Amino acid sequence: MTLPSPLGLTPGANSYAPDDATIARLRERAQFIRLETVRLIDIAKTGHYSSVFSAAEMFSALYYDVMNLRRGEPGWDGRDRFTIGKGHAAVGLFPIYADLEFFPKEWLDDYTRLGSPLGDHPDMRKVPGVDFSSGSIGHALSNAIGIALAQRWTGKDYKVFCMMGDGEMQEGQVWEAALFAAQNRMKNLIAIVDRNGYQLDGKVDDVMNIEPLDEKWRAFGWEVHSVDGHDIAAVTELMRRLRADDTREKPALVISKTVKGKGVSYMETEPGWHLGWLDSSDADDAIAEIKSKVI
Amino acid sequence: MNGPKSPNSWQYRGLNAVNPGLDHLSNGLLQLVEAGHNVVAGSADLQYSNGLNRFAAVHPDRYISFGISEQNMVSVAAGIATTGVTPFVATFSSFLGLLACEQIRMDIAYSAQPVRLIGHHTGISLGFYGTSHHATEDIGTMRSIADLAIVSPSDGAQLEAAIRASADWDQPIYFRIGRGRDPIVYEGGTEFRFGKAHVHSQGEELTLIACGITVHAAIEAAAAMNAAGRSVGVIDMASIKPLDRDAVLAAAEQSRCIMTVEEHNVMGGLGSAVAEVLADEGKGVRLKRHGIYDEYALIAPPTHLYAHYKLDGAGIREVAEAFLARKS
Repeated sequence: MTLPSPLGLTPGANSYAPDDATIARLRERAQFIRLETVRLIDIAKTGHYSSVFSAAEMFSALYYDVMNLRRGEPGWDGRDRFTIGKGHAAVGLFPIYADLEFFPKEWLDDYTRLGSPLGDHPDMRKVPGVDFSSGSIGHALSNAIGIALAQRWTGKDYKVFCMMGDGEMQEGQVWEAALFAAQNRMKNLIAIVDRNGYQLDGKVDDVMNIEPLDEKWRAFGWEVHSVDGHDIAAVTELMRRLRADDTREKPALVISKTVKGKGVSYMETEPGWHLGWLDSSDADDAIAEIKSKVI
Repeated sequence: MNGPKSPNSWQYRGLNAVNPGLDHLSNGLLQLVEAGHNVVAGSADLQYSNGLNRFAAVHPDRYISFGISEQNMVSVAAGIATTGVTPFVATFSSFLGLLACEQIRMDIAYSAQPVRLIGHHTGISLGFYGTSHHATEDIGTMRSIADLAIVSPSDGAQLEAAIRASADWDQPIYFRIGRGRDPIVYEGGTEFRFGKAHVHSQGEELTLIACGITVHAAIEAAAAMNAAGRSVGVIDMASIKPLDRDAVLAAAEQSRCIMTVEEHNVMGGLGSAVAEVLADEGKGVRLKRHGIYDEYALIAPPTHLYAHYKLDGAGIREVAEAFLARKS
């Protein structure tokens, strides 16, 4: 397999494009992530639906296709790693980890109940599959850098992915980390900004404008890409290509343009659903809508 | 050469690098690497202040330059530690224990990553650099973080011993160290055990429990008082967490009074830790907590400050005599 250049694809010879069966499978897994999120949040009676829904296609592509993982072996030291700054989307990751046999599926049924390892934010001490704990926004890129940097001293070969929220761009530590990764030419680091446009207090660019985001990261020394974060074929192709590219001399950043609440129509238009709870009839409607849609 | 004869900041690097107290930090790390431990070190633009430039010179591939980004440094160290590599990261303790406090709690202690944090130039040892560079709260912040050990060595030899001992300690550690010009307490070297105090002497009237740079001063004070007919003992409580509770309780049995001495606010530090043990166990021994009395220290050369705040030998003696003379 010949590697394309980092920025160009050879027309008609794109070995990273997923085939139709893969697209169908990853689309189905993204739907599974949304449905499980609705089910789990119903146990907790409150949770971050829309933060998961914007990231569902990226989660599906990474965990079910792009990342080098072993089913049932969350502690395998050669695995690709994933850290997440928007830790409140963990409710969408736990079903994946159970599905990949990182922990028993029954754990999901007690999500957030007393003594459960599974809470609103991921805890690496309690949950197999969580590569780093999260909850305080702005740390995850630094954590990912440390994991990637350690390859120098362990000799292990893996990639590190880090998903950040777009509101997270307002944290100063992100930019400390951005400088460090560029300075150290961390080509094994691939960061993603889930650009869903909203944070708790409103529109990200009204609360504290982060644009031009691509130019900022480029100016910080990163290779910047942009993708429709709900186009599962495009997401998978891009992430496969970035993972395989050994010619890159910079860390890569993907701006994943998404819709907060994607998949449930009223969540897509009402940013108040950052945190919420659907009562049983609303949950049934949401489930029906998610099942009926092809994203 | 027609340049000025006075040293500039880069030439000071050389002066700092041969500072014998600072040697011990790098020496300890070099010994760990030599013993086969997968150890790396990093600093936030202060390698010449903490002497890690000596480690970096020997192992450039094991040294990480973070620039002035303390929070990123702490969180990156946590990521490194997940892979089985042990990072030692260093900066002034005022920045480490306060600016990066939340990263230490979340990414290191709560996440159980065995990072070694080196907070140097602690207390008021940065003298006239001012309050931004003084650390008189860091024991308080670090002590309330679960699963984080705190070690406050009294001299370079004890620091080196503690670094050696850290190889067998699974928890993260906050080392609170001085500026490398601390007077020598352990002339012939020493050993260090987590949770174990170094009992220098026992006294019937008073036990001084000190840590860090105040240990040497406490020994001086006790010697002078004993020469004048008093019975004063000294404990070096280098392991602040876990605290040697037995040593505190033994002192309460042996002595009528206890006085803690620390280069830290009297609230939240060693004195508070000792007071908690005595209160928990219902010991009625008289206690005096000596240190910085919930205020921001003045600026001055460090030795002038130690005299002003009665943290040198003569000052500790004066405070102790006043304490003993006070009617209980």
